[in-house]
Amino acid sequence: MPKSWIDFLPALLQGAEITIKVAVFASVLALLTSFIAGLCKLSRKWWVRALTGVYVEIFRGTSLLVQLFWMYFALPFVGIELPKMTAAVIAVGLNFGAYGSEIVRSSMIAIPKGQWEAAIALNMKPWQTLIHIILPQAFIRMLPPFGNLLIELVKSTSLVYFITMADLTYQAMVLRNNYISWTSEILGLLLIMYFVISALVSFGVRMLERKLTAGRM
Amino acid sequence: MWDWEFVIEILPELLKALKMTITATFCGFAVACIGGLLLAGAVRSRWRIVSLSSKGVIGFIRNTPLLVQVFFLYYSLPVLTGISLSAFSAGILGLGLHYSMYLSEVYRSGIEAVPKGQWEAAVALNFSRMKTWKNIILPQAIPPIIPVLGNYLIVMFKETPILSAITLVELMLTAKNIVADSYRVFEPYTMVGILFLAISYPASLLVRRLEKRMNLRTGK
Repeated sequence: MPKSWIDFLPALLQGAEITIKVAVFASVLALLTSFIAGLCKLSRKWWVRALTGVYVEIFRGTSLLVQLFWMYFALPFVGIELPKMTAAVIAVGLNFGAYGSEIVRSSMIAIPKGQWEAAIALNMKPWQTLIHIILPQAFIRMLPPFGNLLIELVKSTSLVYFITMADLTYQAMVLRNNYISWTSEILGLLLIMYFVISALVSFGVRMLERKLTAGRM
Repeated sequence: MWDWEFVIEILPELLKALKMTITATFCGFAVACIGGLLLAGAVRSRWRIVSLSSKGVIGFIRNTPLLVQVFFLYYSLPVLTGISLSAFSAGILGLGLHYSMYLSEVYRSGIEAVPKGQWEAAVALNFSRMKTWKNIILPQAIPPIIPVLGNYLIVMFKETPILSAITLVELMLTAKNIVADSYRVFEPYTMVGILFLAISYPASLLVRRLEKRMNLRTGK
């Protein structure tokens, strides 16, 4: 029997490691897809825009848990078997990539037209314009909404509990099953741990924001 | 691979569960609308204790997962307070509380957009605080935020599958049960996705149209 709530910490920290792993991998994937999809939405070719639109609407329109179930339980039936970690990262990453693409798109549009025109006047190639002129300015605008999205992403990693991945929530529920009388302490501790992780993330984003905007805004 | 007959066979059951999902969404939304308004008022309170502690509550609940909060309400509350909630009430309470934190921000933006002169005019006309809120501020603060509220309604609709964790028999859990009975996985889960999309996509188009009309009216 546990003597105090401190005895639960080792198991929970083990779960936190998985939670953070999923969150890190998924946010890298989400960042990548949101840039790709966000840029594709601004493409001149209508079919690129249409295809991206379909991706965004499907992933925003169905819920994350449904996508997670679909990737982990339904896909094996058509011959694609994904390990738990991969399924979780893909589901969370693609889901938040769809939301992130809207952030990328809107902050690219918000850059004054004169910047594009000036780049053309300076004889820059399109990709040079994008990388040296537009993205650095757009990125600063993207940071605050991306920070919020990142916190949502961290919170949503708790859903991997449903595909029995041993994350923070799962570990807590296992502990609860073993020590029912400690339910409140375990769940309270779980809430606090998630809060600490989110607080660290938002602190990190704020620091990054301060560093990047120094001398700019 | 894809069996239409099986799809048609399970469709009535899924549609019945969809009704439950929608009921839970609207009940949760009602809780969130009321809770959000109360919180928005509490944050603006003149007493620092009230405003600071409500800000703290908002920060805490916003930064922790809905799933864990729902577990807490369902499993811990009976132990702590002796009040045991059914899966349905714990579910809508959790969903509603979680999103009232988000909605309080939405209300705040609406309230702050009301010109200061309106408050001053209400004071000049000797309106009581209650009357100022009810007759002057809220009628002007709420219409512009209706599209945002609509968006949150859709978000909440998509969050309801989380409630399956506390055995609330909604769409996701029903599909899970069908899978357990029939050993067919692909159709039920795909159908759940399609049903979610079939409701949330038209709803989001509707909200977008509403937004456009609102902007026209307010001349943005």
